[in-house]
Amino acid sequence: MYIRATGNISPQHTYGHPLFLPELVEYVDNRLSCIEPDYKGIIDAKQIRRMSRIIRMGVASALECLQEAGIDMPDAIITGTSYGCLEDTGIFLSRMIEYNEELLTPTSFIQSTHNTIGAQIGLLLQCNNYNNVFVHSGFSFESALLDGIMLLREKEASNVLIGAIDEITNISHSILNRMGLYKQNRISNKEIFKNKSKGSIAGEGATFFLLSNESSNTDYAKLIGLRTFYKPQKVEDIKKEILIFLEENTITLKEIDLIIIGKNGDEKLDRVYDCLQSEIFSQNVIINYKNLCGEYPTATAFALWLAVNIIKFGKIPKAIDYNGVSTSKIKNILIYNNYLNKHHSLLLLSECKN
Amino acid sequence: MSETIFVAGTGVISAIGNNISECLDALKNSRTGIKHMQRLDSVHKNKFPVAEVNLDNESLESLTGLSSLKSRTALLSLVAAKEALYNAGIENFDNLRTGFVSANSVGGMDKSEFFFTEYFKNNQKGRLCNVVNHECGSITELVAYQLGIKDYVTTISTACSSSANAIFFGARLIKNNILDVVIAGGADSLTKFTLNGFNTLMILDEQFCQPFDENRRGLNLGEGAGYVVLVSEKVANTLNKSPFIKLSGYCNANDAYHQTASSPDGNGSFLAMSGALKKSGLKPEDINYINLHGTGTQNNDIAEGSAIKRLFSPIYPKMSSTKAFTGHTLGASGGIEAVFSILAIQEGIVYPNLRLQTQMKELPFLPEPNFLQNLNIKHVLSNSFGFGGNCSSLIFSKI
Repeated sequence: MYIRATGNISPQHTYGHPLFLPELVEYVDNRLSCIEPDYKGIIDAKQIRRMSRIIRMGVASALECLQEAGIDMPDAIITGTSYGCLEDTGIFLSRMIEYNEELLTPTSFIQSTHNTIGAQIGLLLQCNNYNNVFVHSGFSFESALLDGIMLLREKEASNVLIGAIDEITNISHSILNRMGLYKQNRISNKEIFKNKSKGSIAGEGATFFLLSNESSNTDYAKLIGLRTFYKPQKVEDIKKEILIFLEENTITLKEIDLIIIGKNGDEKLDRVYDCLQSEIFSQNVIINYKNLCGEYPTATAFALWLAVNIIKFGKIPKAIDYNGVSTSKIKNILIYNNYLNKHHSLLLLSECKN
Repeated sequence: MSETIFVAGTGVISAIGNNISECLDALKNSRTGIKHMQRLDSVHKNKFPVAEVNLDNESLESLTGLSSLKSRTALLSLVAAKEALYNAGIENFDNLRTGFVSANSVGGMDKSEFFFTEYFKNNQKGRLCNVVNHECGSITELVAYQLGIKDYVTTISTACSSSANAIFFGARLIKNNILDVVIAGGADSLTKFTLNGFNTLMILDEQFCQPFDENRRGLNLGEGAGYVVLVSEKVANTLNKSPFIKLSGYCNANDAYHQTASSPDGNGSFLAMSGALKKSGLKPEDINYINLHGTGTQNNDIAEGSAIKRLFSPIYPKMSSTKAFTGHTLGASGGIEAVFSILAIQEGIVYPNLRLQTQMKELPFLPEPNFLQNLNIKHVLSNSFGFGGNCSSLIFSKI
């Protein structure tokens, strides 16, 4: 599978930016918000007004990806979102409760359904093809990716648009904060891996990929493998899964030039990664990414975006705090992520050999 | 890659029964589940009839062992999924690669509504246990844990076509040799959120709905769950009673017309049905029965009917919408109706399209108004169409 193009709206300068993360955008807060583009010129002005923030981000990111790929009509549109369209869900719920189920208008209800973004993309493109939506927490993006990979393997599609979209709203942030997901001290995203404390920093993003089973001359990278596993009991089980995954893809850790891991700054959750780093990953070059995009269930999409760009640009960007010595060319990248130590995923990428 | 996907078991709960045999009995005897609203605590109680499952959460707890404090959607899901798994009778389940692919439309919204009533007064209030399973995926995981699923879980949400998509995604996981057994389908419980949402769209019927009737007024909401157990050929060969039904066709297409309305000619529906036929290698005349999406709204029924006319004219199979029995169960409808479609083959029956009085003037056919039995039903087409233009069709066939 070839990754031909990407689109990414994130808390970093990723959208429409010709340079590859030249500097880290700093946030001294436990909430990282997407840097949104000026949507005029991307989406029709009349439509922008109707769309909520997450829909705009999703649609703009998808359109950027398709434009870069030079594809007007993908054979499939597959999205992953854990929380769905939270803003509209919140609006409809609050009005429903405030006005005791009277005087409600349909717009926020219509736009609250989890398939809104995928549907809007389909509508905009007038695309009658396969359209699916996965809504399974830390597996939402991975499921979408698997669906796309299977469609390509089944020859039901020759190119698929796959994306992950999740937003933070004031409501979701306050609730997840109460659940203890986020840091209570004011800390810069530059420091989260240095000064460990409880909780992570909230993130969000809209990240799309165009996957194809045929190579073009402009592909970013090859997606070699994907594996997910659920609620492993011990670190030993995680190691086992990683080794099985590598074996399945006939590659060894020695051949992996870079590992991107999903540490999020939570002292407890990061222990799993620390263990792996001091054991099976001890000889590898490792970088973190969640200080760039924050923690959210579909953050692996940001990691994948980062990985394919590292392969494309042939370097680790300046925004990444990275102590290792730049060695040889980065050909193979492994991504290991877990969301709240429940949803674990592995992705393997390689450079395209032309 | 071309491996046959067998249906090893089915399970269902809806307003017309808590299991397969109760639902079948109601279907055979034209007993609708639509009633005056009893369980859902809405100000619209006296205005809109709904199809509620006839068990409270405590009874569902004693049936499943899952706490009644959890979302009703998870409780309903577990009842039907357990029945499906039990009926499948897979002895070496623990040694197989197993998955649970479930669908729902609003996750644990029934509990979230309690939470937010307090939260909106004071954002430090509201019991977190009522919002912790708000996400759709949480519902799936609660149930997957009870079922002992270990290898793969995921959740699909494409509005009213959700569980049809879950079923054929499950089938593809087997075809791609990722899993051996998949329990697939969906669940939804009634919530004030959806009731009020559909009310703002002005598509709820204040009377009992009349799908595919010229004078139809809208839909009645329902709740429930429906699952199928799909197995590979290898697993099918190990079963005591060999399954004689397969999932022979499926297709997901998008209408790409409007966020909530179907195109008048039902282009998405046409593409889904014709795509499923193509996948199965069958011709329109091979289909013996269509379980219609048939919500009872002006828009759906004319779009679906027009697409059927375009695809099947001039010979129409028997068809009916069972939503006149179960209400529109949204994310569960594709699962429940897949089960009914399979039962139609197993029992050789066609369900009546209840309360059908006047043929739609635009359509040259009338769905079946009566219960029919002693038929040889070989191939059934099940339609599920949803908001966002998401249209999916499944075909189940006798082997």
